[in-house]
Amino acid sequence: MKLRAEVKVGVGLPTTVPGATGELLLEWARRADAGPFSSVAVLDRVVYDSYEPFATLAGAAAATSRVRLATMIAIGPLRSTAMLAKQAASVHGLSGGRLTLGLAVGARTEDFDAAGVEHKGRGKRLGEQLAYIRGNVDADRVGPSRDGIEILVGGLSGQAYARMARYADGYAHNGGPPRAFAGAASRALAAWSDLGRPGKPQLWGQGYFALGDAARGEAYLKDYYAFTGPFAEKIAAGNLTSARAVKDFVRGYEEAGCDELVLFPTVVEIDELERLQEALA
Amino acid sequence: MNVEIVGAGPAGLYLAILLKKLDRGVDVRVHERNPPDATFGFGVVFSEETLGALRDADPETHLEITDTFARWDRIDIRYQGRELSSRGHSFSAIARRRLLEILQERCRELDVTLEFGVEVEELPDADLVVGADGANSLVRRFRDFGTKVRTEGSKYVWFGTDHVFDAFTFSFRETEHGLFNAHAYPYDERMSTFIVECPEEVWRSAGLDEMDEQESLTFCEQLFANELRGRELFSNRSLWLDFPKITNKTWYDGNVVLLGDAVHTAHFSIGSGTKLAMEDSIALAAALARRRWNLSAAFIDYELDRAPFVERTQEAASESAAYFGRIASYSHLEPIQFAFNLITRAGRITHATLGVRDPQFTRALDAWLGGKAVSPPPAFSPFELRGVRFANRFELHERTAAVSAEGALAPGELTAEGWGPPEKVLLRLAHAGRRGATQPRERGVDLPLAEGWPIVAPTPRPYSPFGAIPEPADEDSVLAAFVAAATLADADVLEIDMAHGYLLGSYLSPLTNDEDDRLRFPIQVLEAVRAAWAGPLAVRLSVTDWHPRGNTVDDGIAIARELVGHGCDLIHVEAGQTIHDDRPQYRRGFLTALSDRIRNEVRVPTLVGGYLTTLDEASTIVGAGRADLVLLDLPETEIERPVTTSNTVSSEVPA
Repeated sequence: MKLRAEVKVGVGLPTTVPGATGELLLEWARRADAGPFSSVAVLDRVVYDSYEPFATLAGAAAATSRVRLATMIAIGPLRSTAMLAKQAASVHGLSGGRLTLGLAVGARTEDFDAAGVEHKGRGKRLGEQLAYIRGNVDADRVGPSRDGIEILVGGLSGQAYARMARYADGYAHNGGPPRAFAGAASRALAAWSDLGRPGKPQLWGQGYFALGDAARGEAYLKDYYAFTGPFAEKIAAGNLTSARAVKDFVRGYEEAGCDELVLFPTVVEIDELERLQEALA
Repeated sequence: MNVEIVGAGPAGLYLAILLKKLDRGVDVRVHERNPPDATFGFGVVFSEETLGALRDADPETHLEITDTFARWDRIDIRYQGRELSSRGHSFSAIARRRLLEILQERCRELDVTLEFGVEVEELPDADLVVGADGANSLVRRFRDFGTKVRTEGSKYVWFGTDHVFDAFTFSFRETEHGLFNAHAYPYDERMSTFIVECPEEVWRSAGLDEMDEQESLTFCEQLFANELRGRELFSNRSLWLDFPKITNKTWYDGNVVLLGDAVHTAHFSIGSGTKLAMEDSIALAAALARRRWNLSAAFIDYELDRAPFVERTQEAASESAAYFGRIASYSHLEPIQFAFNLITRAGRITHATLGVRDPQFTRALDAWLGGKAVSPPPAFSPFELRGVRFANRFELHERTAAVSAEGALAPGELTAEGWGPPEKVLLRLAHAGRRGATQPRERGVDLPLAEGWPIVAPTPRPYSPFGAIPEPADEDSVLAAFVAAATLADADVLEIDMAHGYLLGSYLSPLTNDEDDRLRFPIQVLEAVRAAWAGPLAVRLSVTDWHPRGNTVDDGIAIARELVGHGCDLIHVEAGQTIHDDRPQYRRGFLTALSDRIRNEVRVPTLVGGYLTTLDEASTIVGAGRADLVLLDLPETEIERPVTTSNTVSSEVPA
């Protein structure tokens, strides 16, 4: 009989919270590595005061030795396929094989405009990128080695679940209450079964927290998600602002079958990491 | 704080009451375009849990409402001259007019201003504006809520009758035009609601599109004279309607918030409209109380609280609407199975949950399927197919064999020559076609081998990115390979794989075959295998391509019909994967509805999987006649936790 697994908890680096310095990001990664966290993760956005995910994880690779380094997610089609593979493989190599590569199509046209990339056809391109990376296409010419990169795919469409089950090791959910995660997880499992994959997919979830200054966290989330219109308020309302809320959230995700839950900061203060650690204890 | 509520239906009035109770100082006005005694429809239904919520929210009105309630716990199903009955379903209903009277009176008691006969021409100027003005909400038009309106289900019309039913009664009447059905339930000691429903083509064929109100009433009265026990139907602007399913991207904008039918509707066949509306009022009032009238915070709470529940109810309602739309295809089912199918139509009641409510009913169903007075649940019932007897509906071991090396999916795969010792199995004969020559599935699917073998398909288009370009198939040798494999086969069921874009599947779809007669070669193979194999023969079929230019479910049904005509005994229902970029719809049991359509429209036994993880799902599906055999996806059992030993207590025995 297989043992019932407990959810692992990772922590986000505040790469998309304005005001984060490089020094703080690296210190954050260092302390996370020394703490109880299983991974450090980053988000991806072009048009914002934010850091590039692969560059950040390369830095984090040098500052850490234990935690997994995850993109939750990176917008694949913003990058050309070979460059995406090369960046990912480089972080993987620099970290001694600790990369978890979460990919999705992204939600903002302005990021595509700024990157000079067509927004249309992004789903198809992501499919090609996954086939390229996972299928080791051109691997003899485009190194370093992609072997052992753990791949996750995010998104809520039927196509996203199919891409996940076809090419990835697991699913990266986009956040929300545990019941929303549970719904997405059952779709991911259904897709996995439909594509005839053995075993089960790794199920990753995420949430936001602000355990010191809740108002600052709320203001940041409303700004960061302004592009979603009224939905920004609902995301901000889900910010975890007490130890109790964090505990309930983790328990809810564990019950919903989550394998790894990443909690992202909404306030740039190194003390937030200590507060999260206390809340989890 | 002043509040303007547009619409004096149950939701608007109830919210007015709750807001006044929350704070008597708040100025609450309700506008209604109709006079106070105008109402459409007759009775409305509540469930036990809604009643509990109403009691907690306002005991005064709860007392009055329950005083005039009709209550019952039975569902009666009148079908093909039989009447079946299931117990344990707690319902209650009230005359809509009486409900409104009670709420209006309570509003007056609490100093709510009620204004009738007032049409809203612009958004009222108030601190808080509530759109409780129904499915055709005007308030919704003044702001952008991302409203979507779609029609679902069949044509329907509401009547009242003075025949007092003593249960929720579903009746079915076959006519020369097609099948009509009626939903009837009592709502006080004198009257019942009586809704008549039929698919649009039946409605047209019967000439109802050209009848006036009185003519259509007479038509329905005569049609259901038996059910009405000779009593009358009453009209209240009873016109035939299409049901609008309404959804909104956001439930509020600034100081304007929607509730009830204005923000969501649920098909009448699950009777949840008024219940959802009044629960909205309770949730909104509670959020305003909790957030101390901070509108934007309260609206967020309200929507986050209600939306998931409403979505689930709408999903169930849509299932129910679709069920009544295809009701005619179930006319071959035995009454007990027909009744169980009806009761479980919305996906909310399963074999196990019905067994708790009404153990007699499930026992009768189990006995009918099991052939003994005391039989185990449907998943354990025996089944026979072309002389082969299955002990139950789920213990079917699938094995796949490639008919030839060319048609292998991955290197080292079992081929016809390499079969091991025979065991009791379903043996699938497959030719991977353009999905062949790929890496093993552990790391992913459709990843081409660096050094693969030539692959074949009807068109020279690769299946996936970086996939090889297929060559035309040598049909004679493919046919010969299938026949040779069938001749060698030692299995209980032999299956030909025509699904998921494998070779024969790719022949069937317009996405992957430019030929006009796309069934030509698959039928040839089927006939040849049929000639070589005397036992049960299944075909695994993608009944839809899940793509706008591909085969639809109707196409899939037509294909299945052809296959059955050429010797197929069992359709193994699958969907999609014909091409790499399809648009699948995944969820638990995502193939069940497709299997239901194939089984009951083609009238052929089906085998279905689609991420079914419990025996209860299998029993519900088999019991309801949605499939005959079920493939379960049983997750590894994980009930044991790692044992943690505290490091403060020594586990060593002291010396």
